[in-house]
Amino acid sequence: MEGLYAITTGVLTACGLYLTLRGRTFPVVVGLTLLSYAVNLFLFSMGGLTTDGAAIVDGPASYADPLPQALVLTAIVIGFAMTAFVVILAMRARSEAGNDHVDGREEERQ
Amino acid sequence: MIQHLIVLPVVLPLVAGILTLRRRQGGTRSKRLIGVGATALLVMIGIALLAQAAGGEVSYYALGGWQPPFGIVLVLDRLSALMVLVTAVLALGAVVFACGGDDEKGSNFHGLFQLQLMGINGAFLTGDLFNLFVFFEVLLLASYALLMHGGGKARIQAGVHYVVLNLAGSSLFLIAVGVLYGATGTLNMADMAVRISELPAERAGLVTAGALMLLVVFGLKAAILPLYFWLPRAYAAAPAPVAALFAIMTKVGIYAILRVYSLLFGEQAGPLAGLEQSWVWWLSLATLVAAAMGILAARDLRLMVAYLVLFSVGTLLAGIGIGSVEATSALLYYLIHTTLVTGGLFLLAELIGVQRGKAGTRLVKGRPLKQGGWLAGLFFLGAIAVAGMPPLSGAIGKAFLLIAAEGTQRLWLWPILLGGGLCMMIALSRAGSTLFWRSHGEAAGETLPRRQWFGVVWLLGASPLLVVLAGPISDYTHATAVQLANPQSMIHALLDGESR
Repeated sequence: MEGLYAITTGVLTACGLYLTLRGRTFPVVVGLTLLSYAVNLFLFSMGGLTTDGAAIVDGPASYADPLPQALVLTAIVIGFAMTAFVVILAMRARSEAGNDHVDGREEERQ
Repeated sequence: MIQHLIVLPVVLPLVAGILTLRRRQGGTRSKRLIGVGATALLVMIGIALLAQAAGGEVSYYALGGWQPPFGIVLVLDRLSALMVLVTAVLALGAVVFACGGDDEKGSNFHGLFQLQLMGINGAFLTGDLFNLFVFFEVLLLASYALLMHGGGKARIQAGVHYVVLNLAGSSLFLIAVGVLYGATGTLNMADMAVRISELPAERAGLVTAGALMLLVVFGLKAAILPLYFWLPRAYAAAPAPVAALFAIMTKVGIYAILRVYSLLFGEQAGPLAGLEQSWVWWLSLATLVAAAMGILAARDLRLMVAYLVLFSVGTLLAGIGIGSVEATSALLYYLIHTTLVTGGLFLLAELIGVQRGKAGTRLVKGRPLKQGGWLAGLFFLGAIAVAGMPPLSGAIGKAFLLIAAEGTQRLWLWPILLGGGLCMMIALSRAGSTLFWRSHGEAAGETLPRRQWFGVVWLLGASPLLVVLAGPISDYTHATAVQLANPQSMIHALLDGESR
C-alpha cells in the first residue's frame, strides 16, 4: 500500500507543479488545487499508514494516529476557502486586464 | 484578567473585526472608532505584555486548559512581547492615517485590518508549529484582500502573483510541518526541540529536509533573494496604510526564522545545530546587493521604499547569519527601527504623491507641492534614518551589527552594508531633489488632513525616540538575544512548569 500511496502523492504533486507554472490563470488555479490535494494526502500519511485501526491512543494494539487527521481537516478547510478566493481573483484579473494571462498581458509571438 | 493577557492580542482584533461587520455600508464613523480604539488598546496591551516579559520569565497560555505538549499554547517571552508591541505601534500609525480617507476607497477596510493584526499577533505568540501555519493563513488571507483594497489594474495584477506564490508557499509549509511531525511525532515547538535533541541518527536526514523546507517558506515571507520578486510590485501597488502595515509582514518571516531555528536547532540539537546559518548568511549578502541595485534603479518613490524594505530584510538576515548574541541583539534593535521608519516612508510617499497630482510618486518633473516645506523636512528625516546616517537610529542599529560581525564575516559584511548605505543616500538625495526642487507650474490641490500627518509623524518620530532611548532598548534586545540563545528556559517553562 505504501508504494501505491507514495506514487499517487508524487504524481499529483508533479501535475500540480506543472500546471502551476503555466501562463494562464485557469491552469494555475487547477494546479494549486492539485497541489493542495497532494499535500493533504501527504499529511495524512505522516502518522504512518494503518488500516482497520481506530483513532484512539492507548486503546487496542493497532490504532491510527488521530493528529494528522485533524491537521488534514484544517488544511482542507483552508485550502477550499483559498481555492474559492483565487477563482474569484482570476475572474477579476481577467475582466480588469482583458486577458487571462498571469502577467496581465499576452507574450509577444515571434 | 491578568492571566488572560497573553491571549488578548489575538482575541481583541478578532472581536473588533467582527464588530465592524455589523453594518456593511456606511457607518464610517463607528468603524473608524472601533478600528482606532482597538489598535490603541493593542498598544497598551503590548506595553503590559512587554512589562510582564521583561523580567525574563517565559509564560504560556494553554487554550482550553489543555497542557503542553498536547494542547495548543500561546507563549510569551521577551521576543514575542517586543514583536507584538512593534506591530501595535506600527498599526496605530497606519490606521489613523487610513482614517484620513483611504479607508473609504473600498469596502470594510477596518475589519480586514483588524483580522490581519490578529494573524500577525497570533504568529508572534504561538508555540505550536501547525498553529504558526494557521496564523500565517489568517494574516495572508486578510493581506490578499487589503492589498487589492480600492481595486485598479496594477493592484489586481500584483495581487494575482502575490496570492499564487503564497498559496504555493503554504503547500510547502504543510509538507515541511508534515515531515517534521512524521520524524518527531509532535507539533509543539518546545517538545519538538527535546525530541530533536534525542533524535535517532537515521531520522536526521528527514528532519534536515523538513527544516530547510521551512526555511524556503519563511524565506518567501521574508523575501530573501531568490524569493523576493513578488515584493517590490506588491508593496508599490498596495494602498499606503496597507503598505505601511506590510512593513511588519516581512519581519514575520524573520521572526519565524529566529524563533524556529533558535529553539529547534539551538545548541542542544547536536549535529543538527545551526543548520540554517550558512544558507542564511550567503543569501542575506546576495539580498543586500540585489536590494541596493533595486534602490538605485527605482524610478518611483514607492518602488524605492519597497526596495528599502528589501534592504532591511537583507540586513536583518545577516544578523541571523552571524548568529552570535551580539548580532541577534543588533538585529532586534534594527528591526524596531526599520519596521517603523519604512512604514512611515510608505505613508509619506502617499502624501507626496497626492500633492504632486498627476506626476504622483514617479521621479519626474511635476508641479510644486503645496505643503512642500513640511513634507521635505519629514522626507529628509526619514531618508537619514533609513540610510543609516547619524544621528538617527539607523546608524546605531547598523553600528551594532557591524561590530557584531567577526573575522572574515567583517570582510564581507562591512563593504556590502556600507556600500548599500551609500547607494541609498545617492538614490534618496536624487529622489528628494527631483520631488521637491525640480518643479514647474503652480501648486494646486488641497491641504492634507491632520490624521494623515499624525500617521507619518508618529512612525518617523520613532527614529529620534529610538536614539534617545537607545540605552534601555539595547539592554532589552540584548536580554532577548540571551534568552533566545538559551532555548532550555523555554523548554523548561513549557514542559515542566505549572499552568498559568
